[in-house]
Amino acid sequence: MIEISGLTRYYGDLCALDHISLTIEKGKILGLLGPNGAGKTTAMRILTGYLAPTEGTVTVKGHSIDGGILEIKKLIGYLPESAPLYQDMLVYDYLQYVADIREMPKEGREGKIREIAAICGLESVMHRSVHELSKGFKQRVGLAHAMMSDPEILILDEPTAGLDPNQIAEIRDIIKKIGREKTVILSTHILSEVEATCDRVVIINQGRIVADGSTEELKRTTTEDYAISLLLKGAPEGEAKELFAGLDGVASVDASGEDGMMRLRLSCRTGDDLREQVYSRVKTKDWALLELTRESKSLESIFSELTQEKEG
Amino acid sequence: MTAVANTAHIFRREFMHYFVTPIAYIVIAIFLILTGWFFFSTFFLYSQADLRNFYSLLPIIFSFIIPMITMRLFSEEYNVGSYETLVTMPVTDRDIILGKFFAALAFIAVMLLPTIGYAISVSFLGELDWGPVVGGYIGALLLGAAFSAVGLFSSALTKNQIIAFIIGMIICFSLTMIDKILFFLPESMLGFFQFIGADYHFGNVSRGILDTRDTLYFVSIVFVALYGTFLVLQEKK
Repeated sequence: MIEISGLTRYYGDLCALDHISLTIEKGKILGLLGPNGAGKTTAMRILTGYLAPTEGTVTVKGHSIDGGILEIKKLIGYLPESAPLYQDMLVYDYLQYVADIREMPKEGREGKIREIAAICGLESVMHRSVHELSKGFKQRVGLAHAMMSDPEILILDEPTAGLDPNQIAEIRDIIKKIGREKTVILSTHILSEVEATCDRVVIINQGRIVADGSTEELKRTTTEDYAISLLLKGAPEGEAKELFAGLDGVASVDASGEDGMMRLRLSCRTGDDLREQVYSRVKTKDWALLELTRESKSLESIFSELTQEKEG
Repeated sequence: MTAVANTAHIFRREFMHYFVTPIAYIVIAIFLILTGWFFFSTFFLYSQADLRNFYSLLPIIFSFIIPMITMRLFSEEYNVGSYETLVTMPVTDRDIILGKFFAALAFIAVMLLPTIGYAISVSFLGELDWGPVVGGYIGALLLGAAFSAVGLFSSALTKNQIIAFIIGMIICFSLTMIDKILFFLPESMLGFFQFIGADYHFGNVSRGILDTRDTLYFVSIVFVALYGTFLVLQEKK
């Protein structure tokens, strides 16, 4: 569906994208993940024809961005970051305007606009001016803008930025719904969002792809399978660290604590569940065990692992 | 076909936009007050039933008024960010430029419309020759088109509307005044600068002489400025 190869973009001397190559299949939700300034927005802007690449090619459904950009724009619905829309238009007028430009057939258009407005929850604000709307509603108008005329590809730049938790959940549901039939590319720096919505994750850092795969695949690639968290009372730090570091499968032990309480985090590299052994070791000592939980490997740790080691 | 349709959609939005904000009414009011006052305050001294004085005011007044009309066309979009939404819709830069340009020109036509009242009131006072009047309006539209293109160009340069206004005004003002500012040059060179100046060509047209050279002059300015706008937009990518 989308072929990106050797994509590079400089802003003056600053390299925002450094030879990125990526193939995106139809009908998947792809999450572009990365810290601020990693190049997510730049990549999306090139894909949508807002910026031109310094080097490299992008082909969408056989159309190249140099030459076929108009055809590509017809295939893509784009929600730029923070949904910059015409402030002085009524929501309804704005959607009509977009429908005009996107050449939506006149017959059945009313119904279609109503349908998209319903999906995005805009019915109550159709006759309000865009600048009167709250951030959440603006974002939804932006989403409706992107969905007009049923584009095959949706590109959403930080679709949930600045929304409250309820709105985030709603927007995610909408995206998932759309993602069943269409190709969706969304960027975010919120990891739970990727876990909740995306089929595939591409992590970008400093203009390069540092990881690519499903969330499960990514979790498998790193140095830790899961972690065990302990809260102990009356345990001296050195002794406790020593006790658990000796366990087979424990890669490292982190300790933190105060007032006689100590929290230990055991990073485990094994398929076996070590909780039982941890418990029996605690039993041999005269310590009180207040908590014992297994934490599955989070995308957070993968993310910080991948995006921080390069900086150091 | 779609290119024409897209230009029309953008034209319509931009044109309507003028009238949802108070700017349009303020600009039209300023224009009518200025022209009305300058024109009629001296009109009875000449005791001639023509609009020549009105037309001779236009290049100077347009130099200030038209950049006011065009300053927001790109600058506001850059500032709000809506430029990104616009450009990533299936339209070409040409559609965007032409749509915005014709919107400004149409607004100028609307602004000139009430001044037909001047012609009508003059025609009650004496024998008004309608030929030069029609020529004058054609000239005013040509001049308006040239200045709008210049204003559009300066708006494409910056996201600050005030700067866009000042740049546009400076270029339009220079085009109007160039032959008067350079009065100290030798006659042979003055002829050249006169040809560059908008005032000279507008003067010809408004006297009712519709020469191809004058028309070509205005059309070339429109073309150069719009092409310049196109290059600026390309440069932004």
